[in-house]
Amino acid sequence: MLPFLIRRLGQAFLVVLTVGLLSFLMFRFVGDPVVSMSREDATVAEREALRESLGLNDPVPVQFATFIGRAVQGDFGISYRNQRPVSDLIAERLPATLELVFAATVLALAIGIPLGVVTALRPRGALSNIVQGVSLVGVSTPTFVTGIMLILLFAVTLRWLPSFGRGETVDLGWWSTGFLSASGWRAIFLPALTLALFQMTLIMRLVRAEMIEILQSDYIRFARARGLPDRSIHYRLALKNALMPVLTITGMQIGGLIAFAIVTESVFQWPGMGLLFIQAVQFVDVPVMAAYLMFVGLVFVALNAAVDVTYALVDPRLRVRG
Amino acid sequence: MKLTNTIFSGALCAALLTSAASAETLRWANVGDILTLDPYAHTESGTSSFLHHIYEPLVRRDAELKFEPALALTWEVIEPTRVRFTLREGVTFHDGAPFTSADVVASVTRLTHPDARARGNLAGVARAEAVDDYTVDLVLNAPDPLLINKLTGVFIMDEEWLVANDATLPGNTTTGVVTYASDHANGTGPFMLESRQPDARTVLTANPDWWDTPIHNLTRIEFLPINSDATRVSALLSGEVDVITPSPLQDTERLEAAEGVTPLQNPSLRTIMFGLNVARDELHGGPNGGTNPLRDVRVREALWRAIDMEAINSRVMRGKARIAGSIIAPPVPGYEAETDVKPDYDVEAAKALLAEAGYPDGFATNLDCTNDRYINDEEICLAIASMWAGIGVDVELTAQTRSNHFPKVDRGETDIYMIGWATLPAMDGFSPLSQMLATREGDYGGNNPNGYSNPRVDEITVMAASEVDNDKRIALIEEAIQIARDEIAYIPLHQQPLSWAARDNVEIIQFPDNYFRAWHYRVN
Repeated sequence: MLPFLIRRLGQAFLVVLTVGLLSFLMFRFVGDPVVSMSREDATVAEREALRESLGLNDPVPVQFATFIGRAVQGDFGISYRNQRPVSDLIAERLPATLELVFAATVLALAIGIPLGVVTALRPRGALSNIVQGVSLVGVSTPTFVTGIMLILLFAVTLRWLPSFGRGETVDLGWWSTGFLSASGWRAIFLPALTLALFQMTLIMRLVRAEMIEILQSDYIRFARARGLPDRSIHYRLALKNALMPVLTITGMQIGGLIAFAIVTESVFQWPGMGLLFIQAVQFVDVPVMAAYLMFVGLVFVALNAAVDVTYALVDPRLRVRG
Repeated sequence: MKLTNTIFSGALCAALLTSAASAETLRWANVGDILTLDPYAHTESGTSSFLHHIYEPLVRRDAELKFEPALALTWEVIEPTRVRFTLREGVTFHDGAPFTSADVVASVTRLTHPDARARGNLAGVARAEAVDDYTVDLVLNAPDPLLINKLTGVFIMDEEWLVANDATLPGNTTTGVVTYASDHANGTGPFMLESRQPDARTVLTANPDWWDTPIHNLTRIEFLPINSDATRVSALLSGEVDVITPSPLQDTERLEAAEGVTPLQNPSLRTIMFGLNVARDELHGGPNGGTNPLRDVRVREALWRAIDMEAINSRVMRGKARIAGSIIAPPVPGYEAETDVKPDYDVEAAKALLAEAGYPDGFATNLDCTNDRYINDEEICLAIASMWAGIGVDVELTAQTRSNHFPKVDRGETDIYMIGWATLPAMDGFSPLSQMLATREGDYGGNNPNGYSNPRVDEITVMAASEVDNDKRIALIEEAIQIARDEIAYIPLHQQPLSWAARDNVEIIQFPDNYFRAWHYRVN
C-alpha cells in the first residue's frame, strides 16, 4: 500500500508542476502587467524599470523557476492588483468559494434527487416531460445568462433577494461565514442556484437512469413478488442503490464546481477565488493567476487521488496494477 | 463657553449617529475595487479618486476644477526652485493628531523614496524643509510651472502614525513591501475609514471634525465594487445602490425608462484618437509599392475626412460624445476653439486627396484597437474600418485587450492605432505635448512610438517645461497643438462621455476628470 501511495503522490506533484508550467507559458498571451500598473504618462524609462523589477524581462523558464522556488517556501508573491500577499488573498477568499460550492451541492442534491426519482417512477407522466424539457434548457443555457435572468427576476422585478455580494459575514477565526446572518442566507441563494443548475440536471438524469435500471432488476421483481409495499421498494431498495454512483460523481464534481464558480462569482460579485481570478486576468496579475491555477490543479489532483486510494482500499486488484 | 460647545457638538454627534442608518448613506457601486489604501503605493486614478475622501492634498480642485487651498492656505515662489507653503492651522488627522509641517516633510520624503510606486506624481521635487510648525518649503530640481497641478494629487499622511505603525517605507508590489498603511488609513479628509473588505465593501463615515464646512449631507459612504456591467445596472434598478460608475452607454434608454433613476452623461477630458506610424518606410499592413502612405499629410487628411463622426456619435455613442478636432478637450489649459475643427466629412474630397498623393486605388493598412479600455472602442473601429473601405483603404482590424494593445503600440508594431488621452493627473496641455508630440528621447515622447518628430514642437516642449510665466507657457502649448493639428499628427475622434447613473434623490456633480468627489454630493 505504501509504494502505491508514494507513487500516487509523486504523480500528483508532477501534475501540479505541469499545470504551473503551462500557465506560465500562457501568461504572455494575457498581456503585459506594466500597462495596468503604470501611470498613463509614465516615461519609457519608468516602464522599463518596472518591467525589470518585476522580473518580466527574464526568460519564461527562469520566471517559472523563481516562482516555484518561492512557492515551495510558501511565498506566492504579492498581488499586482490587490497589493497584498497572494497566500493571504487566497486564504481570505477560500471560505466564500467553498460555502458557495457547498450550498450549490446541497441544493443540487436536494432538488436533483427527488426530481430524478419522480421522473424514474413515472417516465411517461406529464411532470416527467416538463422536468426533462426544462432540464435540457438548464444544461444548455450559459451560466452568466442564467445568473442575469435570476437577478432580473428576483432582485429587480420582485426585489426579494440581493443582486450582488455576500451579505453580512461573521468571522470564526480565519474563516468568514455568511451562514450566520439572515442577509448572508439571502445573498447565497441566487448564486448557489445558478451554480447548482448544471449539477442539478446531471444528478437528476443520473438518478433517473440508475433507478429505471434498478427497478427492472431481479431483486426488485422478487421484492414485488413477495408483496412488499411500493414505497419500501422504491426508496429503501432502489433509491439507496441508485445513490452510490450519484455520490461518487457529486464528490468528483466539486473540483469542477470550484472552477465553474468563476463565472457565477463574477456575475454576482461574490468575493471568492473565482472573482479574484477573473479580475487577475483583466489586470494581468501574474502572481494571483499562477497561484490560483496551481491551487485548482491541486484540488483536482487531490480529489482524484482520494478516489483512487479509496478504490484501491476497496479493490485489492488495483494495488497490484497501480 | 468651552463646555457648552462640547455639549452641543456631543448632541450633534448623537443626532448624526441616530440618522446614520437613514437616507444620508450614499451607496456607490464602482466597476473595480481600489488597489490599496496606501496613497503612494499605486498610480491608478480610480484609487486616487477614492482616497481623496480620506486623505487631502495641500491644494485641491474645487467644483469648477480650479485650484483652491486645502491643507495649505497660501503658497509663493521665493526662489525659482523653492516654493513656500503656509499651512492651515487647527487641522487634525482622524486619530486626533494635529497636522503640522512635519507631516508634509514626512509625506514628501515617503513619496519621493526611490521605492515609492507613485513617486512620478511628484517628479522634480527634491525634498521638503520645515521652516516652522506651519510653514514648509518644497525644494525643486528645476523651476516647475506644474508644481501646483502635481500637488493636487499628493495626499498628506501623518508622521506620528507612520512611525508608530512602522509604515514609513511606501508599500510596493515589486519590492514586496506591504505596510500597515496598505489596509488602514488616517487622513485629514471629510470621511474616515470604518471598515474594508477588498472586492466586497469599503465603508467611510463622515468626519465630524473636518476643517471645512461640509456642502455634503452624507453620514456614510458604502463603496461597493461590482465588476459585471449588467449586475451593476441591476443593483441600481433594484434600489440596492444609489449611484453606479460607470453605467454602460447601451443601457441608457433602459435607465431613462426606469422609475426613480437617471443616467448622468457629460463630456469627459478623454480625447479618443488615432495615432499614425510615420517611422517606418513601409506599413505592417502592406507594401503599398514600397512607401508609407501615412507620411503624406494629404493621406492623413483623406483618412480624417472619410470618417463620418456624426454617424458614429449617433449610432455607436448614443449621441453622448463630443466630436473633436483638437487632441485636447476644452477645459484643459492650452485648448483653443480655433484649433478644435474637424474637416468636413466628404468622401469625394477624401478620394481626391488620396489620388493627389499617388494612391488613386487606396492602400492597405493595419488598424489596432482596444476592446476593453475606452467606451465602445471596438465598435468605433469597426465602423471606421468600413468607412475607410469606402475610399479604397483596405483595413486589417485587430481589436484586443489593453494589456496586449499598448505594448504592441509601444514597440512600434502598429500602423494606425487607437489611444485615449485625458491629460491627467496634471490636467494641462503640456501632457500631450511632452508625451505624444515630442520626439521620443529621455523623459519625452513616452507615448510617441510612431516616429512623429517636429523640431519646433521639440523646442517648445523644452521651453514650456520650465516657463513659469503662465501666459507665455499657454501660448507655447497652443502653438504646438496648432502644429499638431495642421500636420495631422493624430486624428482626433471625440471626447468620450462620462457615463454614470444615480437614483433621483441623489445630487451629484460629474467632474470631467472622472473623479468622484462625494464631499459635493447630497442625498435627499
